[in-house]
Amino acid sequence: MTIRDKKVIYGLYNDEQDLLKAVKSANHDHLDILDVFSPFPIHGLDPLLGLEESRLHIAGFIYGLMGTLTAFLGMTWIFTKDWPIIFGGKPFWSVPAFIPITFETTVLFASIGMVVTFYTICGLGPGVTNPTLDDRITDDKFAIAFDASHIDAGAAESFFAKTGAAEVNTKIL
Amino acid sequence: MSAPVSPIRQPLVTGHKSYHDITNDLVTPTERTPSKTWLIAFLISVTVLGLGVFCILWTIWHGIGTWNLNRTIGWGWDITNFVWWIGIGHAGTLISAILLLFRQKWRTGVNRAAEAMTIFAVMCAGLFPLIHMGRIWMAMFIFPYPNTRGPLWPNFNSPLLWDVFAISTYFTVSLLFWYTGLVPDFATVRDRAKGFRRKVYNFLSFGWTGSAKHWQRWESLSLILAGIATPLVLSVHTIVSFDFATSVIPGWHTTIFPPYFVAGAIFSGFAMVQTLMIMTRKILALEDYITIEHIESMNKVIVATGMIVGVAYLTELFISWYSGYIYEQFAFFNRAFGPYYWAYFGMMFCNVVSPLFFFSKKLRRNIPFTFFMSILINIGMWFERFVIIATTLARDYLPSSWSFYVPSPIEIGIYIGTFGLFFTLYLLFVRVAPVVAIAEIKSILKTSGDQYVGPNAIHHHDHDDHGSHDDHGHETHDSHEVHAATSSLHDAKSATATTASNRTTSSAASTGGIAQDDLTKLEGIGPKTQEALKDAGIFTFASLKNTSTEDLQRILDKAEGNFMGNSPESWPTQANLAAEGLWDELEQLKDKLDGGKFA
Repeated sequence: MTIRDKKVIYGLYNDEQDLLKAVKSANHDHLDILDVFSPFPIHGLDPLLGLEESRLHIAGFIYGLMGTLTAFLGMTWIFTKDWPIIFGGKPFWSVPAFIPITFETTVLFASIGMVVTFYTICGLGPGVTNPTLDDRITDDKFAIAFDASHIDAGAAESFFAKTGAAEVNTKIL
Repeated sequence: MSAPVSPIRQPLVTGHKSYHDITNDLVTPTERTPSKTWLIAFLISVTVLGLGVFCILWTIWHGIGTWNLNRTIGWGWDITNFVWWIGIGHAGTLISAILLLFRQKWRTGVNRAAEAMTIFAVMCAGLFPLIHMGRIWMAMFIFPYPNTRGPLWPNFNSPLLWDVFAISTYFTVSLLFWYTGLVPDFATVRDRAKGFRRKVYNFLSFGWTGSAKHWQRWESLSLILAGIATPLVLSVHTIVSFDFATSVIPGWHTTIFPPYFVAGAIFSGFAMVQTLMIMTRKILALEDYITIEHIESMNKVIVATGMIVGVAYLTELFISWYSGYIYEQFAFFNRAFGPYYWAYFGMMFCNVVSPLFFFSKKLRRNIPFTFFMSILINIGMWFERFVIIATTLARDYLPSSWSFYVPSPIEIGIYIGTFGLFFTLYLLFVRVAPVVAIAEIKSILKTSGDQYVGPNAIHHHDHDDHGSHDDHGHETHDSHEVHAATSSLHDAKSATATTASNRTTSSAASTGGIAQDDLTKLEGIGPKTQEALKDAGIFTFASLKNTSTEDLQRILDKAEGNFMGNSPESWPTQANLAAEGLWDELEQLKDKLDGGKFA
């Protein structure tokens, strides 16, 4: 999810444990968090934010299966229909000899497919510039962002004060 | 700190680093002007690369006749170097994929550089089969596409074609894996940069924001890529070994080849990682991130895989005799006592005998020795491939066609040239990208930083202080005050250095105000031993009685100084009595003890 054209009110925390406590507190107060930004993945955050498990692995399986079928059916067609050649007296359709290439193609399709999917659904890619809240988020700050149109500014301020945010700012992305 | 961490676990990040320190330390090498050392190394590498390019062009222009291959020995240095480089290229993905699945945290210090090494080594490797084809402009014939030649398809039953698929897949997957790991770190570099540099890193970082959902997907992607790269890395060298094993050449067509080649690849790959990391950590001052623990862990992998390789060599020898097949027997006799006997014994010494030194913990933790060994193993593994390829081919079925092979200057030039390519790319990599994975180091900091675990750890009471400072911050709303307060951990850092003398002062300072017992009241514990125990976080009788004898022994082993004579077997029992205040019983027990040991 990439945030664009939104007025955002955000607080910066110094430690991921503070941020986790703050997210719990926001859930308790029924405040709707827009997004959380951090310099590294925080374990235990996803269920608190209500993020569902990524379905990337399902996509990966499908891409892999496509690779398997492409390689195996491709070789089968080539060596039985398109241009059958006898190698060392073996049958045209020599399945064991197809296994290595089938495996490699499965892995190739799965990884390329997943990586492309990952960047596409995240809105990332070469030349993409996404607005960021603060340069220190990739360094040592942990941010909780609220959509300023959905939360009362005073409520947000008091929430950040209560949960120990080091800084509170507003920014239009 | 949510997860309990054993006091015995060794820290993987030393120097009491904060998140900001990590960013600083790891990004700075890409920000400062190139040092003289770097420039000289780069110039040498590029020159050597130039020599390689010249020799390759010479080969392409004049043909493979410029090499000393002959009708008997059709594979010489070219394929030897190909297998050698591809073997080196196995450590990176092993570290990043297999160790990720096994949740080995020391992986984070070395995975980035090892993956880069993998990619560059595979590039060097891929060069050899291409130029070995002779007519490199026909290289596209190896790919199956509906062409205008018939259509004529490649032979899908051939291990050489499997190799094409395996290596190109391996290269692609390693590259994707490596780059996906780099994206968040490029964002870190971007956010510190200004002007044109920021534009460049903005492009490289793909617009990374650090959003929670992105991190979740990123982790999921890393895990699945690791999962599929694991069988991939094993398949690649398996298929390389098929190039030999599916032939009818004595000494080659053995079923032991796939596991033997894979173990050898990991063995040589880790040796090359050691060579590179020992230089990199020194030059870029990364000793706090690539610690002696990392080096020791890799040495353990080296000794394990080295022994697998040794067993494979001996199995081969035994089976050649046991098979009763005279050609096979001759092939092995020829390897050991034929014209290339020096390569065989070089291989045996470097790969089988020398790794055994790593059974000594002292040598595993000795950096100059490790560096020396890593070079030795790289040489040994090169000999292994040479023995398998050239030595075996030199004496085939017909004595009339026996031959001998010495590489031509052009072949030597190409091999040296690949080092130029490898080091040119590696030197560019250390300039452009953070050599250690920043985000991954930050994510293990709380479980592996030396302020949290190990002998330098600040006692847990400090963490409580840390929490209460935050409360203080809430009242003031003043970011500066909060920052100052929460940096209590960082303050401790300034009083700390990694030297042994400072270690005691810092832990003494950080443990001020905590209940401490005089542990020397127990038999077998003197002032020096007490110091070692307190360094390891054991301050009271209560914590001593709850520590197992094995853990105590490990603390003594790791501590500075000689504790060889000490036996901690009775300490928990003694501490139990002391903690209960049963001093008379303790005296009775001490009478029965002999220097702290149960009589």
